[in-house]
Amino acid sequence: MKEISELVVPEGLRYSNDHEWVRAEEDNVRIGITDYAQEQLGEIVFAELPEVGDTFSKGDEFGSLESVKAVAEVFMPVTGKIIAINEDLEDNPDLVNKEPYEGGWLIEVRIKDTDEFNALMDKDEYLEMLKGL
Amino acid sequence: MRYLPHTEEDIAEMLQAVGAKDLDDLFSTIPRDCRRSGELALPEPLTEWELNAHMDALAGTMAVSPEYKVFMGAGSYDHYTPASVSYLLGRSEISTAYTPYQPEISQGTLQAIYEYQTLTSRLLGMDVANASMYDGASALAEALLMSIRVARGKKKTVAVSGLIHPLYRRVVKTYFDPTGYKVLELPYLPDGRTDLSKLDDMDDIAGVAIQSPNFFGCVEDMEAAGEKIHQKKALFVVGFTEPLTYGLFKNPGICGADIVCGEGQSLGIPRSFGGPGLGMFASKKQYMRNMPGRLIGKTKDMDGKDGFVLTLATREQHIRREKATSNICSNQGLCATTAVMYMASLGSTGMRELAKLNRDKAEYLKAELKKAGFKISFDTPTFNEFVVEFPEGFDRNYQELLKRKIVAGLPLATYYPELKNHCLLCVTETRTREDMDELVREAKK
Repeated sequence: MKEISELVVPEGLRYSNDHEWVRAEEDNVRIGITDYAQEQLGEIVFAELPEVGDTFSKGDEFGSLESVKAVAEVFMPVTGKIIAINEDLEDNPDLVNKEPYEGGWLIEVRIKDTDEFNALMDKDEYLEMLKGL
Repeated sequence: MRYLPHTEEDIAEMLQAVGAKDLDDLFSTIPRDCRRSGELALPEPLTEWELNAHMDALAGTMAVSPEYKVFMGAGSYDHYTPASVSYLLGRSEISTAYTPYQPEISQGTLQAIYEYQTLTSRLLGMDVANASMYDGASALAEALLMSIRVARGKKKTVAVSGLIHPLYRRVVKTYFDPTGYKVLELPYLPDGRTDLSKLDDMDDIAGVAIQSPNFFGCVEDMEAAGEKIHQKKALFVVGFTEPLTYGLFKNPGICGADIVCGEGQSLGIPRSFGGPGLGMFASKKQYMRNMPGRLIGKTKDMDGKDGFVLTLATREQHIRREKATSNICSNQGLCATTAVMYMASLGSTGMRELAKLNRDKAEYLKAELKKAGFKISFDTPTFNEFVVEFPEGFDRNYQELLKRKIVAGLPLATYYPELKNHCLLCVTETRTREDMDELVREAKK
């Protein structure tokens, strides 16, 4: 397992308690799981994602990631409507392991309430939380 | 496992260790009305020879093949079992094998199930089959729950044909009652097939189940059904009670089925009194991760040699708990092994020949009954079962036939009250021309 200092936690993203990252794009946000989360899960073999057009509230389960040892549900860090899902994961689910913040993104969401986004942790706060684990 | 009964001393010692006065005290947290008061009403112990005589007498009250000429199928079929199957099953490596959680010591069991999955997929024309379920009825209920899972909770209703085995429908109801999902039933047409036009009035259906041949033995128009069901954006679930059918008729996969499930008793498993059965279950690859039960996969070991292992177990209850795809975390290992031995013994040519023999014999009886003036109820192709309408008062003939050790099929009025004097007859390879001629002769009397 990586030490906390070895984990990649990029600047400029927001983070949830469930180890998801949220990146603000032009109109939408992109969501994925953090380096810490992908490492905890191990090699991911299947990503079950929602359908475009589905809407979820903050905290709802929107899909699951299946690794060789477990299936982990993934939860919405913000309320919103699904605009896009990462279709590359169908053939290459391990992108989530290899590039958790880039090619391994999960969903794009049209956010309902920007306050929810602003209330998420920044890099330092997230690292602080990881230290407590 | 050794059987070690508790002695009075053991019990006293254990009670003392947990600090209970006596057994009543130990069980005091269980409400009194949930506890049995008094002794079990069991008969006195018997000697071995008395017990054997008792069991023989019980067996004597049953009408079983080969002593009786049984023309009853309806979900349980009288087929000849090749000696290769009984011999191989008697081997202790096979008959005592336990759940293969440890691949390093279970390669034989794992491979047997893997081969079962392969032959099942081929027979049903599907991409992937699981390691089996309890029986045809629970497999159907699981298939319908799977269709709800595939719809990701957006649809909460399924539809089943009224020509699915009545007892299977009852099991589906039992499974669905506590879930809050709805089960609608499709009526049948005068030709003995399912009336799919009723689907037009149904909305948000996750899956539609059709059995073919259906409970009346009639082969459904599967391709048309599949098309109609897919138009409704529902999954096409095909059930069966007689897998031998697919030795001759188009398999469900060719007809566009999304999930196929049914009873595998026909494949070398004896017709015991109600069981055990074999739930065969297969699916299109795209729905694989929503399949219930377990799967065996083929892989390579550290040295690059082929090996077999439980796969996708992350979806199963022992790992995924309440989020599992099903609360079935087991399979019918011995029955699945029997079925694969049976299928391998016959081979695809043998399956075809045997299926043809079943159909030809059934057609012979159908023609003879027609000649004798009885009415064949439904003018639709059948496999080895069909419905005959006998004249008013046939009950008496039925009893007479029984006295002559002929079981003249299943009277349908029990399940379909509108079908008085209708019997569902079945003819397999085990019935001879003489048996059939005798049935026709006696029925006419």
